[in-house]
Amino acid sequence: MEWEVVIGLEIHAQLATKSKIFSGSSTAYGAEANTQANAIDLGLPGVLPAFNEEALRMAVKFGLAIDAEIGLKSVFDRKNYFYPDSPKGYQTTQLHHPVVGIGHIDIELEDGSSKRINVTRAHLEEDAGKSVHEGFNGMSGIDLNRAGTPLIEIVSEPEMRNAKEAAAYFRKMHSIVTYLGICDGDLSQGSMRCDCNVSLRPKGQEEFGTRTEIKNVNSFRNVERAIDSEIARQMDILEDGGKIIQETRLYDADKNETRAMRSKEVANDYRYFPCPDLLPVIIDDNYVEAVRSTLPELPDAKRARFAHSHGLSPIDAAVLAANRELAHYFETAAKIANDYKLAANWVQGDVSATLNRLEISIGELAVSAEQLGRILQLIKDNTLNNGGAKEVFNALVEGKGDGSAESVDKLVDSLGLKQVSDSGAIEAIVAEVLAANPKLVESYLATPEDKRAKAIGPFIGLVRKAAKGVNPQVVMDVLQKKLSEL
Amino acid sequence: MHNKTIADISRDLAAGEYSSVEITENLLTRIKNTDAHYNSFITVSEEQALAQAKAADARRAAGNADAWTGIPMAHKDIFCTNGVLTTCGSKMLSNFIAPYDATIVENFNNAGAVSLGKLNMDEFAMGSSNESSFYGAVKNPWDGERVPGGSSGGSAAAVAAQLVPGATASDTGGSIRQPAAFCGLTGLKPTYGRVSRWGMIAYASSLDQAGTITRTAEDSAMMLNVMAGFDAKDSTCVDREVPDYTATLNNSIAGLTIGLPKEYFRSDLSADMQQQVRNAIAEYEKMGAKVKEISLPNTHLAIPAYYIIAPAECSANLSRMDGVRFGYRCENPQDINDLYKRSRGEGFGIEVKRRIMVGAYALSAGFYDAYYKKAQQVRRLIRNDFVNAFNEVDIIMGPTTPTPAFKRGEKTADPVDMYLEDIFTIALNLAGLPGMSISCGQVNNLPVGLQLIGNYFDEGRLLNAAHQFQQHTDWHLKTPDLKNQADI
Amino acid sequence: MALDQQQVRDIADLSRLQIDEAQIAEYQKNLSNILDLVDQLSAVDTSAVEPMAHPLDAVQRLRADVVTEENNRDHFQQIAPQTENGYYLVPRVVE
Repeated sequence: MEWEVVIGLEIHAQLATKSKIFSGSSTAYGAEANTQANAIDLGLPGVLPAFNEEALRMAVKFGLAIDAEIGLKSVFDRKNYFYPDSPKGYQTTQLHHPVVGIGHIDIELEDGSSKRINVTRAHLEEDAGKSVHEGFNGMSGIDLNRAGTPLIEIVSEPEMRNAKEAAAYFRKMHSIVTYLGICDGDLSQGSMRCDCNVSLRPKGQEEFGTRTEIKNVNSFRNVERAIDSEIARQMDILEDGGKIIQETRLYDADKNETRAMRSKEVANDYRYFPCPDLLPVIIDDNYVEAVRSTLPELPDAKRARFAHSHGLSPIDAAVLAANRELAHYFETAAKIANDYKLAANWVQGDVSATLNRLEISIGELAVSAEQLGRILQLIKDNTLNNGGAKEVFNALVEGKGDGSAESVDKLVDSLGLKQVSDSGAIEAIVAEVLAANPKLVESYLATPEDKRAKAIGPFIGLVRKAAKGVNPQVVMDVLQKKLSEL
Repeated sequence: MHNKTIADISRDLAAGEYSSVEITENLLTRIKNTDAHYNSFITVSEEQALAQAKAADARRAAGNADAWTGIPMAHKDIFCTNGVLTTCGSKMLSNFIAPYDATIVENFNNAGAVSLGKLNMDEFAMGSSNESSFYGAVKNPWDGERVPGGSSGGSAAAVAAQLVPGATASDTGGSIRQPAAFCGLTGLKPTYGRVSRWGMIAYASSLDQAGTITRTAEDSAMMLNVMAGFDAKDSTCVDREVPDYTATLNNSIAGLTIGLPKEYFRSDLSADMQQQVRNAIAEYEKMGAKVKEISLPNTHLAIPAYYIIAPAECSANLSRMDGVRFGYRCENPQDINDLYKRSRGEGFGIEVKRRIMVGAYALSAGFYDAYYKKAQQVRRLIRNDFVNAFNEVDIIMGPTTPTPAFKRGEKTADPVDMYLEDIFTIALNLAGLPGMSISCGQVNNLPVGLQLIGNYFDEGRLLNAAHQFQQHTDWHLKTPDLKNQADI
Repeated sequence: MALDQQQVRDIADLSRLQIDEAQIAEYQKNLSNILDLVDQLSAVDTSAVEPMAHPLDAVQRLRADVVTEENNRDHFQQIAPQTENGYYLVPRVVE
């Protein structure tokens, strides 16, 4: 049978507030266990929540970025369940009145086309703590530092049809929240996690098949791999005439397979009801417009501008716009050099290769955008040739610079990379080369006019060997002139 | 010294009649010698009280005293007190030394009051008889076989037994007004949001409100002056100016329009009870008030609505009592669910477990609309009854309770019997209105309470009306015959 | 509305409350009585009534995003049943 895959994602993004959603504890990552858990975060008797205005503003910002309906009235509910990392025995979340309603984003597919994915809603809620299972003599240790960190949970419509689309959606959301500055996007620290709902149905059938939910997938690559492995698992079962059990599963990246979560075996009845400790959150159009005025240029707009105003190819534009820092780096360098195509080639070439090789982010690269811009300027005014430019770049990567554009010039000098463009100096070198190679000159002169363009090659090599950093175009001109005079 | 009101003590301390240490020691001795008869205190914090009293006397000597400096009082054990056991009447919190102060506790400390300790209560404030406390039943000083009312039974008994001149209390469905009525005292439940709930262990968050139990309305006004006010830590607390509630006590009440809800004078309310309340109303008429019959047609729905909303909220509020971060933990838990189930099963008493289960059931899948949503809708109907009534009258009066104090064990067989005790008090909590109970007579030598219901944030008028009644009558001065029960 | 004994066990389980089997019948009776009491509401027509979650029609205040809390772990953990190296300990949780 031919199957159609149906995928919906729930993405949890930690909001980059300083303090927690309902308390004044720090949200900083990596502190010693329970040192950032105050009475509210611990759920002590008698404590009450106080809502963080920045969490609200960030959620609204996100809603505007995905062109969503903004909930002018949003209401916090309690979702009741017992788990040791949930100190109050309920999670404060938004069920019926989320802060962000229906919206959408466009994802780019491999064939260069784009696909719209609708977002059902995004709501504010509090993160849970963490359980540590090793090192406590068979017990679990509970760290509530993360408890109460603000999250938005972004729920997509089940509109993705393969794992690649799902990964592209996750990437795009990552790109949007980091552009907005509402989430640091650090997947390794769990700043963004993704729950993948996967089901299969016979092609042509309208009704959805039974779905499973893969919890807490935390990298783009794993989203793709987890979904593919789950699709394969479900397909095996269905092809054998079996039934899919609706359940929550975990992805094991080492084994590249999913397994059912034991803690979620019992279907939970969450008994949602409006949180009586919090009042309805009311905002008006003025508030929304004020937030809208703070929106930065978003990836899609930036991509379009790169393509239309600066003549980049759609793929180049998409790659360069996807990451806010990379886009900023690219644009800074391009503006200095006044050449977007040259900058695009460099950022996607040497810069990206270096990031990959060193496994670092653009922010950690020792070559600043200003330095790259200066290198490109020097290429453009013929001070550097391509080889020289790469040499300077690599020297900077190795730390031989202080971040300033001036240090580029100093390196060019100290490495002797300045290209000789002065035709007088080049004429002298050419004269020497011609004088030293009479046989070559003889054979050149014996070559018919129409084949001389190729025969001039060996002279160029000899000239450049004699003098590093000569401008090849000037060498060519001088050679042609001198040879024609013979 | 022990029969003094808060206002008396304030004047006496100012006049140098005695020191704060002297009255504190006097009351501590009295508690030590007699509270075994009432069981009104769970914790007596002698050391802390004497330290506070000494500090208050020093403050007075330095010329920095004000109205509350050095006045002894005590807190219901629902309020967190930093470094002091805070049990909420439960085994679950029988080892809970609160690591912070409730806002109102902080307010009294800052005002210079002396806290003698923590007062007994129905477990997690669930009860109308103070029989559900892990620390044992509290006895009514008027009759040791009878209940003091609940859930603030310890607060009422301690004031009635003259162990403290005033106590904090809390009221979710009548827990201040009913014990005040049963013990012949003045109880005040302010408007929801008037007093911060920070540090008051939550039973039903949208109904809970802190208030006072005292001998006189004047003392209630003095206490409310300390307690009321905005607190950023409680999102439901209202940012609204706090008047000096003592300043309007002596206003004339001539022309005050009193509404008498016909639903509160039902045929099944005993003739004796009706008579006492009618007598009190007649007293008000003598003072120049006008009386008007009104209707609160949804009165009969208040108890059913309450017994969905309160259990639903409590089922979530008490989930944090799980034996992980504080409180009681069962022995040798086998796994996490065993830890939860036994810690909670052993830590909570039967009434608390019943309410948690009713709440969980009412909120469970498929029942939400029929129960919780319905109750919230009925809640609005009940509120609208009052809003309409207050378009016609200034204040509403009626009985606080259907009967005087009943005997221990009388209503424990079927919880519903106990719930019906709160028939006149519970609607105010649903509406969020302020209410008082003042002593207005006796039936069979037991006090009868008159309930006064005010419009939102109209505590000043309530206290004024209560005070004026107390200026013209002496029911609030009647005290139980303590000599018969206690070796004083 | 009358509950059966299995429903009582299920609600107790959902609420993480250990109830002695011997007490189930009493819970069944009392809880059923309470549900009978609240079932009076079903007769009321509330179709046009907006549910009321709070007594005052107030709206949520917002708190400035400022870190106001310091590390008080030792203070809070003094009252904890079991801790180690700053962690709260519970029987091992399986995910």
